[in-house]
Order: sequence, then structure tokens, then C-alpha cells
Amino acid sequence: MSSRNNQVTALVALAGALMCAAIALIFFYAPVDQDGLNQKIFYFHVPIAITAYVCFGWGAWKALLHLWKRAPGADLESYVAIHQGVIFGSLTLVTGSIWAKVSWGRWWVWSDHQLVLFLVLFLFYSAYFMLRYSVEPGLARENLCAVYALFGVVLIPISFLAIRLSESFIHPVTFTRHGPQMATAQFATFCVALASTIALAGALYRVELAGKRLDLRLHELREALS
Amino acid sequence: MTTEEKYVAAAYLVVFVAVLVYVLIIAAKLTRLERDVEELARLALARREERSEDREGVGVG
Repeated sequence: MSSRNNQVTALVALAGALMCAAIALIFFYAPVDQDGLNQKIFYFHVPIAITAYVCFGWGAWKALLHLWKRAPGADLESYVAIHQGVIFGSLTLVTGSIWAKVSWGRWWVWSDHQLVLFLVLFLFYSAYFMLRYSVEPGLARENLCAVYALFGVVLIPISFLAIRLSESFIHPVTFTRHGPQMATAQFATFCVALASTIALAGALYRVELAGKRLDLRLHELREALS
Repeated sequence: MTTEEKYVAAAYLVVFVAVLVYVLIIAAKLTRLERDVEELARLALARREERSEDREGVGVG
């Protein structure tokens, strides 16, 4: 338990340090391109979106482990990862809308496949919680949620590739087959911002998971004492 | 402050507020867990006292 607590502390410290470094790089190092000051949103909007994909993917992986190997605690880990994914997903939608308002003059564009597919993915995983809390706790609920989480993971590559498969290139394409379409300083800043967002998600995941595990243990203890 | 600057500030503020709200929720949960632990500790102590009283109440022979 102590080693686990140390890991969480280290992860929180790493996330904080990387976050400070990313903000410093964004505002004092990365050059401003033709997108203007609005480009500063990109450094957090894209890493947050990638982190949401990572969380959903991690949740699906844990769901697979639950169904395949019956790994103890995998259901709870899958749930917490999906919860993180939904938080980061909502931040992606909000920061993306703010960026769109400045760049396109509109908060939302329904003709953009990337936006709509991300919204579908977000709503799909938001519905996961309705499913989870509409079924009595137990193995049946765990299996049902794991299957649902696995279905959703199919949407991730579609959502990710939609921007490249789309016929209307409204959404800017920064990463192509020829590599990142930005200056080295901008790419370095982006990498630090991505690392900081993933570290933040990892820290929040571990903290939430620790809280949920403790809650379960206390529930078991209460039942044993009553 | 230009309109562009306001939007950039708003985007960063949204992320900051979200993390802050998350931390507040975790803090509230931690407080509840602390309360639960105290309640269970009281319950466990009461149980131990009950058991020792029962043991003392049983006559020898």
C-alpha cells in the first residue's frame, strides 16, 4: 500500500512539473504561426483529445482482461479509466468549441466528421454510466459493462482516422504521413503538453482508483462488523 | 485584451476549473471516507467492549 501511495505522489508531482513546463513553453517558447494566438489552445486541446482516446482504450483493455482472464479489480479499473475518458472528452469538446469559435466563427460544425465522430464516441461512453448504474452490482453487471466498453473501442480508430478519411478538410490536419506539420519548437512544446496531460490523467486515475478501492474495503468491513 | 486573447484565456480557464472541481470532489470523498473509518473504528471498539463484558459475565464453575 505504501509503495502504491509513493507511486501516486510521484505521478502527481510529475504531472504538476510537466504541466508548469508545458505552460511556460506554450507562452514563452513556441512561436505563433498564421493561426495566431488561437494556436495556443491547440497545445492543450489535441493532447486532451489524445488522452481521452488513451483512457477509453485503457478502459477497453481492462474490460478485455476482465472477460478474458477474470483479472481481479479489472472491472473497477475499466470503470475509472472510462470515467477519466469522459472527463477528458468533455474538455476536448469545450476547448475545441472555443478554438472553433475563433478560427471558424462557429462553436460547432456538423459537417466535420472528426467533430461528430468524437461526439458520438463521447456520448457512447457517457451512456456507459447509465448502463452501469441501472444494473445491480455483481458479475452480470461487470460482464455487461466490459462488453459495452469493448464495443466502444471500435469507434476510437474511426474517430482518429476520420479527419484523414474526411472529404471536407475543415478540421486542420497537423499530423500527416510526412510527420508533424509544424516547427520543431512547436512540436517539442506539443510533446511536453501531451506528456503533461497523460501524466495528469494517470495521476487522477490512480487517485480515483485508490478512493474507489478504499470505499469497497470499507463497505466490506462495515458488512463484516454489522 | 483582444477577443482572441479572451478566448484563449477561457479555454485555459475551463481546463483549470475542471481540474479544480475534480480535486474538490476527491477532497469531499476523502472527508467522507475519513468519517466512515472513524465510524467503523467506533463500531469495532464497541464490539470489543461487548465481547469483554460477555466474557466477564460468564461465571466460572
